[in-house]
Amino acid sequence: MNVSGISAPESGGLVANASPAIARPNGRAMDFCFRHLAGGMAALVGLLLIATLAAIAWDSRLSIHTFGFGFLWSSEWNPVTGQFGALSFLVGTLVSSAIAMLLATPVSFGIAIFISELAPRRLKQPISSAVELLAAIPSIVYGLWGLLVFAPAFAQVEPWINDHLGTLPGIGPLFQGPPMGIGMLTAGIVLAIMVLPFITAIMRDVFIMTPAALKESAYGLGCTTWEVSRRIILPYTRSAVTGGIFLGLGRALGETMAITFVIGNSNTISASLLMPGASIPSVIANEFTEATTPLYLSSLIYLGLVLFGITLLVRLLAAWMLHSMKRGTPLRP
Amino acid sequence: MRPFRTLCLALAFAAALPAVDAAAADLTGAGSTWVYPLVAKWSAAYAAKTGTHVNYQSIGSGGGIAQIKAGTVAFGASDKPLTSEELAKSNLIQFPTAIAGEDLVYNIAGIKPGELVLSGPLVADIYMAKIKKWNDPAIAKLNPGLKLPDAAITVVHRSDGSGTTFTFADYLSKVSPEWKSKVGADTSVAWPTGVGGKGNEGVSSYVQHIPGSIGYVEYAYILENKMAYARMINSAGKTVSPSLKGFQAAAANVDFTKAQDFYVILTNQPGDESWPISGCTWQILRKDAPKATNEEVTKFFDWGFEHGQSMAESIAFGPLPASTIAAIKAYWKKNLGI
Repeated sequence: MNVSGISAPESGGLVANASPAIARPNGRAMDFCFRHLAGGMAALVGLLLIATLAAIAWDSRLSIHTFGFGFLWSSEWNPVTGQFGALSFLVGTLVSSAIAMLLATPVSFGIAIFISELAPRRLKQPISSAVELLAAIPSIVYGLWGLLVFAPAFAQVEPWINDHLGTLPGIGPLFQGPPMGIGMLTAGIVLAIMVLPFITAIMRDVFIMTPAALKESAYGLGCTTWEVSRRIILPYTRSAVTGGIFLGLGRALGETMAITFVIGNSNTISASLLMPGASIPSVIANEFTEATTPLYLSSLIYLGLVLFGITLLVRLLAAWMLHSMKRGTPLRP
Repeated sequence: MRPFRTLCLALAFAAALPAVDAAAADLTGAGSTWVYPLVAKWSAAYAAKTGTHVNYQSIGSGGGIAQIKAGTVAFGASDKPLTSEELAKSNLIQFPTAIAGEDLVYNIAGIKPGELVLSGPLVADIYMAKIKKWNDPAIAKLNPGLKLPDAAITVVHRSDGSGTTFTFADYLSKVSPEWKSKVGADTSVAWPTGVGGKGNEGVSSYVQHIPGSIGYVEYAYILENKMAYARMINSAGKTVSPSLKGFQAAAANVDFTKAQDFYVILTNQPGDESWPISGCTWQILRKDAPKATNEEVTKFFDWGFEHGQSMAESIAFGPLPASTIAAIKAYWKKNLGI
């Protein structure tokens, strides 16, 4: 799996040599068709995006009209009284994704450095394949695994978390709660495992691309592996690494099935990460089928629009960070 | 009116369409996931007997109502009845199909299935987090012989919208004025406390894994998973165990002939044997559908009422009492001329 889309440029010369022999009189027309076909396909993507956005916005108009922007900072979600607000789901989405990124990024970095720098040649491929296989597991399987295997096991660990992390000053309240095994933290951990292969694959690909001359010079000067990773590889690849992290974040924000099983599905905001919460995709998955009133349905679609907005913001943030990095990278050739 | 939902449903139905084209006599229905096992079982037997296939898509009650309103299916199924005004507005009729019940299940060390006794107001207080410990005097009072632990209660509810939730919340609304004013009843409600499991399987799994938890699941799940269920005190003040007989007793005490369009919710019905948290699923038909289509639908359910009783019982659905079936037939005659 080559997630980053980096391709090998070596094959160019061969094609150029072969082309005069198979030139055809209608080559120009073929090329014209091909170029427009490809262009049309690219346009289709944009069109689909706009159509989706328009359809979502149109179907959420009733809710937008009723609640306006207040929807974003109201945490009341009550189908009985017809009061809807997105805040608790917004918080749940952002917090669970943040936990996932905090856990997955360093682990991915470690795996990628190990594969590209440390692992013996015969271990590189098996480890890469194992990580990529994680990406091939359907999210429903992660959800069931989280619910039936991980959550009960994690419930055994939670009393320890309560006693040790829960008593720390400052962050203590984050780790206090009944040992249920499910909740925001569990959701974050399961999400971390799910985004791990995406981030790892990109990091590994770009780490391998770091010019050997740079690395070897550093080693020659007596640098340790950590110093080479920290001072040579990371600065050289950091725009691609940032891109990889944001790709993982995009995946985490939209993840539905696995989260629905382990987040606890409670429409409340609590200080503790051990308490249940809910995310935007999980509440849509949960409540869409039985949403019987127009306002209820429209509010669920409005939630989808909010998620669309968050994803867009994340992409813009990523683009901005990449842009500012490109200007300031000291090691760029 | 709602292109997004219609599109989703249309896609879901696209899969079923080729089969419909193949045989003109086939029927399509959509809606409640609750009644799905029953309709599936009936339709398999019905197809073997008559050659008419019933394609039922369990897309949820909301979807079922939308589809029958749009006229894309022959019948829709909902766990929550429509009011007479709503039916009249869209030119629809509705009738009940079968009765099912649900019960509370718990995970308390040392307390076996059927040992714990609960009452409606007590359950409402637990679900509003007013009672937080298992050894609360209010629980102990109903269970003098049990050794209740000094453990916190974890409330488990459904996270997805469901008829099971509607029935449960409706029952609590009837027995607790505070629940009625603060929470109310719908397919999803704003739960004051607890964790949400997806589907009956999610709730059963949470209850089995979280010590000190309590949840509500359909009777079929209790039988299947051999879960620790509670006995309930019904509106007649009698302590009853969940059973098909109890569900039927709840329905038998309802005078369906008096209820307009069968708008009766079977929770908290009178009668010594009545199970208090009983519910049922309604089939919704269009009055202005081709007569032949409605005839096919009523023929199918008529067959089910007559021949499908033991099949229903085998999957923990209680058959309708004979008086109710007679009322349904009279209703068909009056509204559809069938």
